[in-house]
Amino acid sequence: MTNPTDLTRLTAAKMADGLAAGEFNSEQLTQAHLDRIARLNPTLNAFLLVDAEGALATARDIDARRAAGEQLHRLAGVPVAVKDIACTEGLPTTAGSRTLQGWVPPYDATIVTRLREAGLPILGKTNMDEFAMGSSTEHSAYGPTRNPWDTDRIPGGSGGGSSAAVAAFLAPLAIGSDTGGSIRQPAAVTGTVGAKPTYGGVSRYGIIALASSLDQIGPCARTVEDAALLHEVIGGHDPMDSTSIEAPVPAVLEASATRDLAGTRVGIVTELTGEGYQAGVQARFDEAVELLRARGAEIVEVSCPHFRYAMAAYYLILPSEASSNLARYDAMRYGLRVGPDDVASPSAEQVMAASRDAGFGDEVKRRIILGTYALSSGYYDAYYGQAQKVRTLIARDFEAAFEQADVLISPTAPTTAFKIGDKTEDPMAMYLNDIATIPANLAGIPGLSLPSGVADEDGLPVGLQVLAPATQDQRMYAVGAALEAALVEQWGGPVLDRAPEVEATEVSA
Amino acid sequence: MSTQTAEAVVGYDEALTRYDPVLGLEVHVELNTATKMFCGCATGFGAEPNTQTCPVCLGLPGALPVVNATAVESAIRIGLALNCQIAEWCRFARKNYFYPDMPKNFQTSQYDEPIAFDGYLDVELSDGEVFRVEIERAHMEEDTGKSTHVGGATGRIHGAEYSLVDFNRAGIPLIEIVTKPITGAGERAPEVAKAYVGALRDLLKALAVSEVKMEQGNVRCDANVSLRSRAGDDPTSAEQAQVPLGTRTETKNVNSLRSVERAVRYEICRHAAVLDGGGSILQETRHWHEDTGVTTSGRPKSDADDYRYFPEPDLVPVAPTRERVEELRATLPEPPAERRRRLQADWGYSDLEMRDVLNAGAVEVIEETVAAGATPAAARKWWTGELARRANAEGAEVTELGVTPAHIAELDGLVRDGRLNDSMARQVLEGVLAGEGGPTEVADARGLELVQDDGALEVAVDKVIEANPDVVEKIRGGKVQAAGALIGQVMKEMRGQADAAKVRELILGRLT
Repeated sequence: MTNPTDLTRLTAAKMADGLAAGEFNSEQLTQAHLDRIARLNPTLNAFLLVDAEGALATARDIDARRAAGEQLHRLAGVPVAVKDIACTEGLPTTAGSRTLQGWVPPYDATIVTRLREAGLPILGKTNMDEFAMGSSTEHSAYGPTRNPWDTDRIPGGSGGGSSAAVAAFLAPLAIGSDTGGSIRQPAAVTGTVGAKPTYGGVSRYGIIALASSLDQIGPCARTVEDAALLHEVIGGHDPMDSTSIEAPVPAVLEASATRDLAGTRVGIVTELTGEGYQAGVQARFDEAVELLRARGAEIVEVSCPHFRYAMAAYYLILPSEASSNLARYDAMRYGLRVGPDDVASPSAEQVMAASRDAGFGDEVKRRIILGTYALSSGYYDAYYGQAQKVRTLIARDFEAAFEQADVLISPTAPTTAFKIGDKTEDPMAMYLNDIATIPANLAGIPGLSLPSGVADEDGLPVGLQVLAPATQDQRMYAVGAALEAALVEQWGGPVLDRAPEVEATEVSA
Repeated sequence: MSTQTAEAVVGYDEALTRYDPVLGLEVHVELNTATKMFCGCATGFGAEPNTQTCPVCLGLPGALPVVNATAVESAIRIGLALNCQIAEWCRFARKNYFYPDMPKNFQTSQYDEPIAFDGYLDVELSDGEVFRVEIERAHMEEDTGKSTHVGGATGRIHGAEYSLVDFNRAGIPLIEIVTKPITGAGERAPEVAKAYVGALRDLLKALAVSEVKMEQGNVRCDANVSLRSRAGDDPTSAEQAQVPLGTRTETKNVNSLRSVERAVRYEICRHAAVLDGGGSILQETRHWHEDTGVTTSGRPKSDADDYRYFPEPDLVPVAPTRERVEELRATLPEPPAERRRRLQADWGYSDLEMRDVLNAGAVEVIEETVAAGATPAAARKWWTGELARRANAEGAEVTELGVTPAHIAELDGLVRDGRLNDSMARQVLEGVLAGEGGPTEVADARGLELVQDDGALEVAVDKVIEANPDVVEKIRGGKVQAAGALIGQVMKEMRGQADAAKVRELILGRLT
């Protein structure tokens, strides 16, 4: 039997194989992760909640069913971490906000139901920027998550908890949500893989909404194949989400087995390279392009001229929708409620105001005010209306680009992980971290980030983004997997092997 | 301006000498779908509070709406029945505002893209005049929950100790039907308002899309009233149309036809009093008080209420195919007004008789009774006579008495076959109402049957003639109407089971 401490280093696919072959059981596998979480989470703060009991109960159940000869899902028994944005029946769900501290949903998000049905033990809920607003997980009401590569640095955001958990081998798989890059950018800065499926490809039912027209749930993993495995568990039509696509889940697992790039046209988006990108990031990207070319891909340059307006449009649409989605947190029916200190018998409005003041962090307040303003009568056309027009133009840019190329590539984020606290005082600098990921959300197309090495100047991981046309998620998995194979071959092992082992010393927040 | 209930109000006729009223009516209709607008919760009326709820209609974090396809079809059918255009593509919007019984703090509604628009409804007034009310739009939305304020004197939130919220109603599908400004009604404006809501109610009932029970809030009317100066005698003149509209008030949730008429009339008088006093009308919502017959001030309402509308991103657009719209058009019932005219002609009723039938709510039941074989005259006689009286006394609908159209047709058959006379038929009906069985069964059990044996009848006639020489003398002297007394006695002898016409014939045959 394999040494349990080594189990966490396996890929999810290998874990599944080991379970199927009886080399170890799910209880051992789950316990190995729980042990590692217990040791390292105080340092990393990747998990807001660990459900050891629930995870082990699922693991034992799966072990018993496997022993009874039951036909199980391939990933049955492989543990998973879930971003705290997904409702879990009976388990507190906070979306990283004080507003929802202690709230226990009475229902499961559809993706959680699917994880349970497939038999994946849920290790716990991962940390995130409050209501998924942020690019660093510093905006969590429960303290920042730390990057396993360097605990003084951010793990990306908003899904820093999920990506850090996967990068630090606390979980082989995790669920993320990507509104403007919150799966892909954390994947990039933690040296992991993250995929944002086509909008509507995974149900949003039970996912605490940030911006409904942009939000997308997707997998966080250490390999493209693992991401595809998880994607197929959670994907597919859900009658509870009217925006979910009524078509079978794309065969992304099959696509991730592809190694052949011959004849594939790979487009480089000129607007997403060069100026503004850290030298080490650009260097790794350029190398990856050469590797793709060497493996038979045809490299073309494409231009998406309206991308320059993407950031502005995004920061009008997102706050507008968020201001409406967050209106329900009024302290009347659930969540945090505080009375104003200076009023003896406060009105409902005063309680609401005091509770919102206490429950929401600065970034959330900033975006609610922005969105409320942008939707106001007299400003709607100038702001929200214009932003929607930009959105259409960006979608057309993509359509034109995809006539020239099967997939598009760019660096995922312009820089490697920055230091905690470096950008919290400068929202614009923070927002710029998502410049390469946002256009995909505006257009609803799928995107994937995979490790493309480490930057020479800081030794921190760099991500490469692959984009495909809507509903063509297989293409991005195929190119991603082929590139991943080429890179791993070149490096002689996965990039995460180069990460230093996290030291179990609690770092003060 | 005063918002007191006791403010001076100008007389209606006087108000109309100086002002021309303009109306705008917004009618909210609760659909009778089995499930809510955006979730699968049941919509039953009167369930225990908060038992028909789920994460979606409670607006819990993460919940998403899904459009009820049946509600959309009902909306399209209503639009078609109101002669509206049906949008080829439309969306829901979010109307953002805070309300304690609206759990998401936005209402999912339609804003600038209603499913139906630009229609009209022809409304028949009491004198037969037809007034065309133009429809601006009919759009889909969801109802809110229901608050009960406990502990205060007024039942309103102010002064209440606490409030209870029932979310069973939250998310029930609503169609809001909005008229264009109704001008040219002049002094008949209150009547037009009442007739419009009544006609709309009949139409919705015929479409079978709503229970249309105003007292249960299935149909709620918000009445907008404004006054403008009169430009002359003719409220429909081009000159009058040039006069700008006055400031409007919106009287909320008026829930009976009579109240619609009274509330509009009251607001016309109140506006006139304010304007006559040199004041100006405050744009606001008003509450109607059924008991005192007045409105009181609600909340100020500006044209620029900032609901921060934007397209609902959680729902895909609604895009009914033209084929589907035409299929739905084929399901429309005959318009109620046309149907009434057709039935009146078919049945040969006078206008007065038809009005009685309408007042008794007996159109459908008469139609079924005639279809079951009764004559229209007999069907009308029973349903608007004896049965209407009985229903009225019991506070029930005629259809709730336990007598079916088939029963009445059978009873009418027994009369026409000469088995029963009128008074016997009434006794049989008593038996049917008492649950003794169908008409034939009751007649058999009670031994009710006209005597057909002339011999027995002749014996009785002879007996009565012999016993009443004075009356006989009068008849012989030419006072034929005196025969009535003898007929009555013969009927008594026969215990009512004789054909009165035949008795009369026999008596007169003997004596003249």
